[in-house]
Amino acid sequence: MTLLIGSLTIGLILSLLAFGILISFRVVAFEDLTVDGSFALGGATAATLIVGQIHPLLATFCAALAGAAAGGVTAILHTKFGIDRLLSGILVMTGLYSVNLRVMGKSNVPLLSERTVMDYGDGWAKLLFGDETVVSIAGWEAPSRDLSSLMLMGFAAIVIGILLYTFFRTNFGLAMQAIGDNSKMIRALGVNVDLMTIGALMLGNSLIGLAGALMAQYQGFADVQMGIGMLVWGVASVILGESLVGTKKIGFLIAGAVMGSVLFRLLVAIALRWGLNPNDLKLITAVFVFAALVLPKFASHGSRLVRRNRDA
Amino acid sequence: MLELTDIRKTFFRGTPNEVRALRGVNLTIDRGSFVCVIGTNGSGKSTLLNAVAGAFPLDSGRILLDGQDITRWPEHRRAKLIGRVFQDPFSGTAPSMTIAENLALAARRGLRRGPGLALNVGKRREMRERVRAMGLNLEDRLNNPIGTLSGGQRQSLTLLMAGMVKPALLLLDEHTAALDPKSADQVIRLTEEFIAKDRLTTLMVTHSMQQAAALGDRVIMMDRGQIVHDISGIAKQRLRPEDLLSRFDEIRRANQLDETAAEMLHSQYV
Repeated sequence: MTLLIGSLTIGLILSLLAFGILISFRVVAFEDLTVDGSFALGGATAATLIVGQIHPLLATFCAALAGAAAGGVTAILHTKFGIDRLLSGILVMTGLYSVNLRVMGKSNVPLLSERTVMDYGDGWAKLLFGDETVVSIAGWEAPSRDLSSLMLMGFAAIVIGILLYTFFRTNFGLAMQAIGDNSKMIRALGVNVDLMTIGALMLGNSLIGLAGALMAQYQGFADVQMGIGMLVWGVASVILGESLVGTKKIGFLIAGAVMGSVLFRLLVAIALRWGLNPNDLKLITAVFVFAALVLPKFASHGSRLVRRNRDA
Repeated sequence: MLELTDIRKTFFRGTPNEVRALRGVNLTIDRGSFVCVIGTNGSGKSTLLNAVAGAFPLDSGRILLDGQDITRWPEHRRAKLIGRVFQDPFSGTAPSMTIAENLALAARRGLRRGPGLALNVGKRREMRERVRAMGLNLEDRLNNPIGTLSGGQRQSLTLLMAGMVKPALLLLDEHTAALDPKSADQVIRLTEEFIAKDRLTTLMVTHSMQQAAALGDRVIMMDRGQIVHDISGIAKQRLRPEDLLSRFDEIRRANQLDETAAEMLHSQYV
């Protein structure tokens, strides 16, 4: 049960990461590789500020700003200096490794004795469950602290998801979507595509930084390595979500990103429970993304073959 | 209204592929005038349109539009004054967005795009009316992605979108060239209605002598980056497609003469 709740909570935290990747990879069609760096930057910023006795909410907000700055640099490298998209992201991601070490001053900052945003969940837990530290759900025992974290992260994912959806329905948000769909057209309709790209990457990476900050506070430490593999993880969530909702409408994609993230985390938890070596996890994730990208092509190819045979 | 002064553009300068696409074009178009631009492939007619739209910086020359010097304005800034329809039906619309969303994008051309909702009941009703008025039977499909429509339907919608905010200048770049004859006729009919209704100042590039003879109040013929004929007034009203064809022939003969003459000189003196 604890494992399940933990997986759900992490899945919800990483759904913010999936939102960020949805914005860069899907909405504005920018293959942004900053992710691994901006995720760890978010964690490092939040952890360092919290240890420095800054209010945890403010620290988390600053982590989102730091992520936005990282995304902004990547977008500026591409739009203003003409550097290839992939290379822009790689440059920033690589540079951020050193920045993150500078921010933290060491490779790992523990938060176990600090006050974090997760403590806000405890207030809710008290309201709901009274002073009990262990709650029974349908016969299963679960620590109320874990449940409160789960609720808090679920709340965060839903609120941010709704805010994003609303944003994409505004004039500004609609123009941002058009960038990825047809940049020639939206330029002819008077949108500064460069500026809009910078804005989109800042927005996306602020969410990724936010996810990093929440992750650090949930697991009780920030680590310079915590971003590794997050890009592929997020892409996997987005792809899984897309296949779950089966449409390109932005509202469904946002909901799909949450579902994909949670489902993917659950699948991983089950695989680990069955004895998967954690060291193999990144490889499995990469293979999964490969399969998700390639299989649909094979499927359509297969149906074409079938049709051709039938016609013949 | 639109005033081009000696505009020049050379692509790939200093390479074997150097193309002198515009070689000193001067053109003044009055408010409310509808000008057709014709010319052979590579004559610079599309380059001329793109130069006005701001797709690339000029080597020299000046562009005035609506009393403002827009020579150094980037493309997206010029969009405030200019509505465009491209040759490729896929260029003018965002395929995975709905008809309504595309129209909503066009309704803010050149305007600030703020935090207001892009679509609401009132705006949808207004769009429905506008789409219905085109007579394409698309008014009940506003929530369909535009990518599901035919090329002709997309071009018609692009035309509608270009006029949502009244442009000081409408640029049509062979916007029927990629369509089947029936759709092309329909789009041309809509184009005429549209331009007549708002008395839009229009610059239209076309391949079709019929269109050039039948539409508008002025025809400009381009050759090798320059304007070689400019027909307006009574002469334009009497103009037939055959007249334009014979002028093309003249140009071709003149060009051939140049080449043979050059060859002759080359063989004699080199």
